[in-house]
Parts: sequence; structure tokens; C-alpha cells
Amino acid sequence: MSASLSVITDRSLTYQQKVAALAKVGEETVRPLSIDPETQALRDAGVVCDLFEGSAPYRPRYVVPDYERFMRRGSAFLGLEPPRDIWEATTALLVLYRHVPSITTFPVYLGDLDALLEPFVRDEAEARKAIGLFLLSIDRTLNDSFCHADIGPDATTAGRLILELSREQKNAVPNLSLKYDPDRTPDDFAILAAATALEVAKPSFANHRLFASEFEAMGLGDYAIASCYNGLAKGGGSCTLVRMNLAALSPRSKGLDDFMGRVLPDAVERQLSYMDERVRFLVDESGFFESSFLVAEGLIRKERFSAMFGLVGLAECANDLASRGSSGAGRFGHDADTDALALSIVDRIASIVGSHRVGRLEANGGRYLMHAQVGIDSDRGVSPGCRVPIGEEPELVEHIIQSAPFHRYFPSGIGDVFAFEPTAKSNPRQLLDIVRGGFTHGLRYLSAYAADADVVRITGYLVKRSEIARLNSGGQSLQDTTALGRNAVNNLGVLERRLRS
Amino acid sequence: MTARAAPAPARGVVARILPRSAVDGPGNRAVVFLQGCDFDCLYCHNPETRALCVHCGECAPACPSGALTARPAAGPERPFGLEVAWDATRCVDCGACVAACRRDSSPKAVAMSAEEVVASLGRQRAFLSGITVSGGECGLQPAFLESLLVASRAAGLPGLVDTNGSTDYAALPALVEAAEGFMLDVKAWDEDEHRALTGASNRAVIANLRFLAAAGKLYEVRTVVVPGSFDAERTVREVSRALVDSGSAARYKLIRFRPQGVRARWRGLPVPDDDTMAALAALARAEGVREVVVV
Ligand code: SF4
Ligand code: SF4
Repeated sequence: MSASLSVITDRSLTYQQKVAALAKVGEETVRPLSIDPETQALRDAGVVCDLFEGSAPYRPRYVVPDYERFMRRGSAFLGLEPPRDIWEATTALLVLYRHVPSITTFPVYLGDLDALLEPFVRDEAEARKAIGLFLLSIDRTLNDSFCHADIGPDATTAGRLILELSREQKNAVPNLSLKYDPDRTPDDFAILAAATALEVAKPSFANHRLFASEFEAMGLGDYAIASCYNGLAKGGGSCTLVRMNLAALSPRSKGLDDFMGRVLPDAVERQLSYMDERVRFLVDESGFFESSFLVAEGLIRKERFSAMFGLVGLAECANDLASRGSSGAGRFGHDADTDALALSIVDRIASIVGSHRVGRLEANGGRYLMHAQVGIDSDRGVSPGCRVPIGEEPELVEHIIQSAPFHRYFPSGIGDVFAFEPTAKSNPRQLLDIVRGGFTHGLRYLSAYAADADVVRITGYLVKRSEIARLNSGGQSLQDTTALGRNAVNNLGVLERRLRS
Repeated sequence: MTARAAPAPARGVVARILPRSAVDGPGNRAVVFLQGCDFDCLYCHNPETRALCVHCGECAPACPSGALTARPAAGPERPFGLEVAWDATRCVDCGACVAACRRDSSPKAVAMSAEEVVASLGRQRAFLSGITVSGGECGLQPAFLESLLVASRAAGLPGLVDTNGSTDYAALPALVEAAEGFMLDVKAWDEDEHRALTGASNRAVIANLRFLAAAGKLYEVRTVVVPGSFDAERTVREVSRALVDSGSAARYKLIRFRPQGVRARWRGLPVPDDDTMAALAALARAEGVREVVVV
């Protein structure tokens, strides 16, 4: 059966999911990128992967609009005046979301919602109703768990309402991050966020001081958390995300020296050249930056776009290389030598990526940003980013201290997910203590959920167990991410994470 | 104003340190269990922390891993002419020594200074809201308890005191000041019932309840409910009234008796049902207690 016909006749897809899938089929009919045979061989071997971005990039993968500007100025193209009250504000945002490009058709960043809506919170009861309907609309119309909203670091009424309503509604969308800064975020607000996370698996906690200082140092200023946990410049984004599967790469080497000296640097260079080519087509040929009203109205600016160099499967790679060494090596996450080896691999990648410049992109001096990719649903035996494999997780504090040194390499995203015993809900401050301790040790991003919640974090996104059950019983799920979550549950055992008390 | 003399450096007898717990006060806390207790509760869950070790040497042969050695020793504190040493690096935490001891003690309690206790928390420190000092009965080592609370607070870890209330805290203002708060067990309101349950009077306990509540230092009061062992309804009512009368914000935790970990002869005590616990919680709430928790 042809690709289009199999989409058209698929009974498990909703109408919207078919339209998006058919657009992909259409895109695949053209192959305008020039890819050298060695790079193509790495793609065919699953070492270098663009994660279904498509063969002809006609929009950046991650678009992070400057919603503050939109709220101040409205949009001439959309015929919208700046909003004057909470109803106009929430409606304006819902309108704009429909027009933010991505590779899923759904926006990956919905704004720092508390700051955007707080100026319009005049009567709390009215604001609660408006924001409640707004969040409901997001869940029912933006049917993809990579739609991500941010709150914090300051406490606001709008932020509190978003947390309270998230807890009531128990929806998978939007994904939500609290930008947490112990000097700015009051304890009661952070504890409310922790209690909410233990009920509905969101928000996650982003290390605001770390992100803010890095984006400041890169000359990019304000940042957003988008999609899974991707730190990106507000008013910009990322043209592409290509990932390297280190678990698939290490078996191609003769040993550690060969890996570090030949196999790894070569693969990194090939991935960089593939990213360059995707960026070239998007910037020079697709016409995106010349034709999008978002650019024309200053809601995104080309000079704030970078691209993301992703990696996955570090644990398996380090374990493989360590086991081929002379002495009896221990496992990643438990053995200091293996962890040090893993860190040196990341360091080597970072230094090659950091010395590569792409003239077309000005952000960060033309250097790509590193990203610890969370995997795709078909990955088997490949742990996300730099995570310790599920089933081998160390004790909680040991785990965080083991993980933290990797986090500084990944300004465009890395994070750990911890599952808690349901009893943790009676002491949410415990989770805040974990977050604070983690951030003290340099952790960038942390997600938590309680084992009995219907909403669970798969790798970086949220899925409802009840929706997976619906899909398993032959029905359809509104969210396109439910199918990804179901496969990841089967292939990565994400429901078997170690439970923390 | 006169400067207070620096307290003599006190060493405490520490039964055990749990580096991180989420069920011993707000947030994550390290729990420091001190050795020695003056009550003998029927439902004691840590009987091995009751008595100080007399170095009789009986437990040493029970150790399967060579962690215990009994050497000849002299002096009034070594009435058996022996000293039992415990090697933490060899201990496999099997519990055989504690089971072998006939004196409700443990050879694993160690003398530590407050600074050593704080230093032992190591990397866990950044992940804690504070410490909780428990027992045994921590009030029996007041000088050490005070120095531990002071040292811990100085390290950014405020300390809660988990106590049976037999020590007169009104006479220890510096200790009370150094504590973030107290968690007090009120095991029974009636003195005779309390004696039957614990072997001791409860006058000091009730005096502490009123004193700590009025001082705003009471974080939590607990009562373990064992059907038939005491008048739980009266205890809950009177404790609730004491809290409300003093305007205390303390929460009242009602604990269902559980036989796990209790000495063999008391494992058959009855376990209260849900209705009993719910009725007691409702009673406390009706009296006006701000927060009632049933566990
Ligand atoms: S722990 Fe008990 S048995 Fe062992 S030496 Fe001390 S008192 Fe004797
Ligand atoms: S708990 Fe430790 S010291 Fe006691 S018997 Fe077992 S191994 Fe020996």
C-alpha cells in the first residue's frame, strides 16, 4: 500500500492526525538536500537522525514567539488589537497558537503564561474561569504534549491559578515548567508547584539562575523552555534538531582510543554538516524567514535562531566502551571511572560542536546548542540523553549528584525524571528540597510524578495512561503523543522507573 | 547583661542516623536517633534504642560478619570487664546483635559530638529542610541535644525535637530556643492509663504540652491509638482542648497502632479500624484543632 493510502485508511488516526501525516508524505516526495554518502550511511545506520523533521525543511523545528510583544502590539496580519482584558488576552493567544509553525503543526512554546496573563487578572473568580477555559481549549485543540508553557520565577495570581487549574483538570497538555529561583520564587508558591507535580506530573522545575545566566552570556537574553525541556532564545528558536545515537555509534569502534580519536569526531563532523545543510535549505531556499508574518511583525527574529545538536544513549555507549577496557569496569551511574569516561565523551563532543561556526545563524556566534535528546518511541535499549537506564537508577541523592555534571553542557535541554511513591504527596516540600539540592549541585531541569497519577511523564512529554488504554483497545486518542507514549512504555519501560520515597 | 558560659562540649550516644526521611517533619530531614529511653511502651517500635549498652558481651558471638569484638576492659562503666566494639565497615545490618541483646540495647550506638553528627550528613545536606532528633528519648541527653540543635542550625538545618515529653523543657530555655519546634507524644491523658502503657507518669508530658504550645514551639502532637489500652477519646479531646486553649497551630497526628517491629509479646495488640480513627479525627476537628492527620 502507498504511504498516503495507508495513512488515509488508518482507523487509529483522527482526521487531524491524518492531515498532518499526509503533509509529511507530501514533503517526502521532494529531496532537495545534498547529503554526502558517508553522512547518509550514518543516517541509514541510525547513528545520525533528524527525528522525522522531514526531507525539505520549510519551517524551523522549534519556533519560540515573543508573546510579550504580541500582547503589547497585537498583530496586523491577524487583525488583532492588543488585548484589554482577560477574555481578549486568552482569545488572542489561542488565535496566535494556530499560526505558530512546527514539525507537528502544533506550537512547541505557548508563552510565559503567568507573566502574559497577570496584567489582566483583576477579579480572581473571573480570571479563574477565563484561564480554566483557556487551558481546556489548549488541551482539546493543541493535541500534542510537546506544547509547552512556562511560569515563574515570580509568584503571581495567574501563576497560582494555572497551577490550581492544572491540578483540577488533570490534562496532559500543555507541558509546563516552573522557572525556579530560590531567591525569587517564594516557598509557598514552589510548594504548590511541587504538590501539583505530584498530582498531575507537571510542572517540571527549571534552574532559572543557570538558564538566565547562560542565555545572558550568549548575548540572547530572555529564554524559554519549549517542547520537552528545550532552553531556547525567546523571539527565536531552533532551525533543526539532529541527534547522535551514541549507543549505535560505539560498536563501530575498535575500542576506546579508536572511538575518541576517530569514530566519534568523524560522526560529530558529519552530523554538523548534515545540520548545516538543513539550516542552509531553510534559511537560503525555503523562504521561511522572508515570508512568515511572525518575522515581519518582529515576533521572531532570524538572528535569535540557533540549531540543536542532540545526543542520546550515552549510558549504553559508556558501558560498551568501559566493558571493552582491561579491568572489570562498572556500570554507568554506579562506577566513577565509567561516569568519568562518559563525561569525557560529552566534553569531546561539546568541544567539537563549540568550535564549529555556521555563518547563516548569528545566535551564540553561529555555534549550535547541545541538547540531551529524550529518544524516540522506536528506540530500544537506548537511554535518553545522559540518563541512567531505567532499572539501574541509583538512590535519589546519589542519582542527582551523578547526573548533575552532565547538565552544564546542555543549555538547550537536559533533564531527569523521578517517580515517587504516592505517599510523597503528603509532604510536597520534600520534592522542593530535592529540587533545591539538585540545583545547588548544578542540575538544570527536574521532573517528578507520583506513581499513581493518570498523567505520567514518558521521557520529556506527558501522556495519560487512560488514553494509552483507549488506544490499546482499538480506539483513537486525541493527542498524537499518546501513540509515542505507548511505544515508549513498551520499549523503554518508562512505567518501571524506580520509586522514590 | 552577662555572657553565657559556653556549654561544655557534649558528646551524645547516637543509636543511628537516617540521612534522609520524608516522614519525620516538613520536607526532607535527617533523623538522628539518640540511645536511651525512660518509658517502656507496650508498642515500642525501636526497643533496641531503650537502654544504654552495659558491654556484657553477649551479642558479640551472634554477629555473622565479625563486626563485633569483646575485649577485656576495666573501670566502673565496664562492670563485666569487657568492652564491645562495633566495626561499621564490616556490619551488614542483619540485626542479629539486637535480637541477641536481653537489655533492649544495641552495640552499634556510638558517642559523637554535635559537629560530627552534622558533618556525617555530607552530600545529603543540600537536599534537606532540617534535622529531626528522635530516640530513644532525646530529652535524656539535654546538653548534647542543645549543642546538636545549635550546630545544625548554624549549618542551615533547623532541628525538630521528637520527644516523649518526660524532660521538663520549661527548665531548658536555651534548648527550647535552639529548636525549630517539638513533636510531642501524648500516649494517654489519664495518669494511671499512661503508667500501664509506658511504666511512667505523664505529668511532665502534659506540662510540656501546655508549655510548648503556649511558647509557639509545638510543631506536632501524636497519639498512637491502641483499642482497649487507654481511653483514646478522652485523650484526643483533652489534647485538642490544650492546643486550642493556647492558640497553638500544631497539627495533631493520630497514629494507628501497627504490630510490625514491636516486641514479640505485644504483637497481638488490636489494630484500630478506619471508623475508630475517623471518629477520633472528627472529634479533634470538632474541638477546633487546625490540622488533624491520620496515619
Ligand atoms: S548490646 Fe546488649 S548484649 Fe550487646 S554488649 Fe550491649 S548490653 Fe550486652
Ligand atoms: S547488625 Fe551488624 S553488628 Fe549486629 S550482628 Fe549484624 S552485622 Fe553484626
